[in-house]
Amino acid sequence: MILVELSKLFRRPRTYVLAALLCALPIIVAIVLATSKLPPPPGQGAAFLSAVLNNGALYPAAAIALVLPIFLPVATAVLAGDSVAGEASAGTLRYLLIRPVSRTRVLVAKLISLIAFVLFAIAAVLITSFLTGIGLFGTGGATQQIGLPADVTSLSGAAITPAGLAVRLLATVGYVTVSMLGVAAIALFFSTLTDSALGSAMGALAVLVTSQVLVTLDGAAAIRPYLPTRYWLAWIDFFRDPVLWRDIERGIGVQLVYLVVLLGAAWANFMTRDVTS
Amino acid sequence: MIRTEGLTKRYGKLLAVDGVDLDVRAGDRYGLLGPNGSGKTTLVRMLLGLVFATSGRIEVLDRPVPRRVAEVLPYVGAMVEGPAAYAHLSGRTNLMLNDAAGPGGPRRDRRKRVGEALERVGLAGIDRRPVKAYSLGMRQRLGLASALLRKPRLLILDEPTNGLDPRGIREIRDLLTEVNEAGTTVFLSSHLLAEVEALCTRVGVMDRGRLVVQEELATLRAPTGRVALRTTDPDRVVALLDGGVLHRDGQRLLIRHTDAAELNATLVGDGIRVEEIGPERRSLEQVVLDATTGSSDRVEAP
Repeated sequence: MILVELSKLFRRPRTYVLAALLCALPIIVAIVLATSKLPPPPGQGAAFLSAVLNNGALYPAAAIALVLPIFLPVATAVLAGDSVAGEASAGTLRYLLIRPVSRTRVLVAKLISLIAFVLFAIAAVLITSFLTGIGLFGTGGATQQIGLPADVTSLSGAAITPAGLAVRLLATVGYVTVSMLGVAAIALFFSTLTDSALGSAMGALAVLVTSQVLVTLDGAAAIRPYLPTRYWLAWIDFFRDPVLWRDIERGIGVQLVYLVVLLGAAWANFMTRDVTS
Repeated sequence: MIRTEGLTKRYGKLLAVDGVDLDVRAGDRYGLLGPNGSGKTTLVRMLLGLVFATSGRIEVLDRPVPRRVAEVLPYVGAMVEGPAAYAHLSGRTNLMLNDAAGPGGPRRDRRKRVGEALERVGLAGIDRRPVKAYSLGMRQRLGLASALLRKPRLLILDEPTNGLDPRGIREIRDLLTEVNEAGTTVFLSSHLLAEVEALCTRVGVMDRGRLVVQEELATLRAPTGRVALRTTDPDRVVALLDGGVLHRDGQRLLIRHTDAAELNATLVGDGIRVEEIGPERRSLEQVVLDATTGSSDRVEAP
């Protein structure tokens, strides 16, 4: 069932369109930056953008900072919202269940296929933005060794090696995937509540937007640590020297709680639900 | 094969299925008739474990449903409320994916089984076109192919000939008869009387959630003890048979008599010319109309 789900994911043009859209944003930003040579002032704009002008090898990190707040969660919520509700409204859910595939297995396969999509999308963004970064901004300094990025400057001012950069990017991919799993869990839960794919995606996005707004409000300080989007940007701490683990650990903790609670709710709801679509 | 006791499903105030005692025996071609909204589809969904009953018991292939439905379903081929497929994939790919998704469909002969199933339903020549380019009839055939893919012991089909033209309906009827003769029990629901009459050996009729008739088709259609006659000389017949004529409509007469052949001999012996004669049988339509109260999709003014 899991292989079937993955095969369905990668046979759908939609998957590639979403990934292409995700890749397009950093490329557009890179072109604007490269032609204008005007970096956003430090402290404003997405993280890393000012640093990128000196070294294109850092651009993948900047690209993640660009797609993470909106594009990636939207894409994840759309796919996750569609995962059960879409099958239900297309009528294929009932044929899966009478095949038979157990309801638990349907949910697990959907979740795994969502993880696969997030990884695929991030990998696509990383690769395209790395090529764009190297191509448009060079690797910094006088050594123009293509493909062998020179040391990049970490946010704290110290230098990290290309290998260190790669490790930190991989850690970032892992952290962003966990964050997106939280999004996927919210949308998947809504997806088991309704037969409308659009409705469940909208529901998940409404939760995320609310959370984003509350994060910025001082009045919500008491609940802030528990909001799903509070620690989304904590992956930037991977690029500090030494790595600041506090927010990263908390972020993973919060996402895991959301994941367990919402998947549990989705499972409990799906197991006892009449499939009437 | 299928046995339910007091099966009931309530949606809020609405009783969709009300105390149904269904009994489908091995080897039957069972037709479940009933107007739209009479609970046929809900009943079928409960048999397959898609919808959970409010009360009552279900046994399919001698196992309780929904508790052990996972053991039952690998031997059941089903189509519920029209076919469904991933519209951007070809029919063949859809069948391959569906087969790979669950148990009981070995990988090594998957391609062969898919090919055979497509051939059986008359789709052997389909190419790589996506399902969204299929006509309604082709989708219906694809749904049937999917139900037949693993040589099921029981076929549960909800409105199997929807969207097919008369020739297609005939083909599917022949196919189902053939499958049934090879040992598969066929349970189908339909609102098309003619379809059930032509295909089935046993009939159930649903009305407003209740199973109001469940009988062998042959019994339902047994002669009524009357003979239908058409003659050019109705007056002489009335005179000859005296009180035996129950109803007269122009040249058509309805006569109380158990043996049409004997009656024919009597009439002809008396020089009366007979155009048509035969024992009167209740049509399935009459059975259904007698058993059901009204069309549930009619909305009368209060």
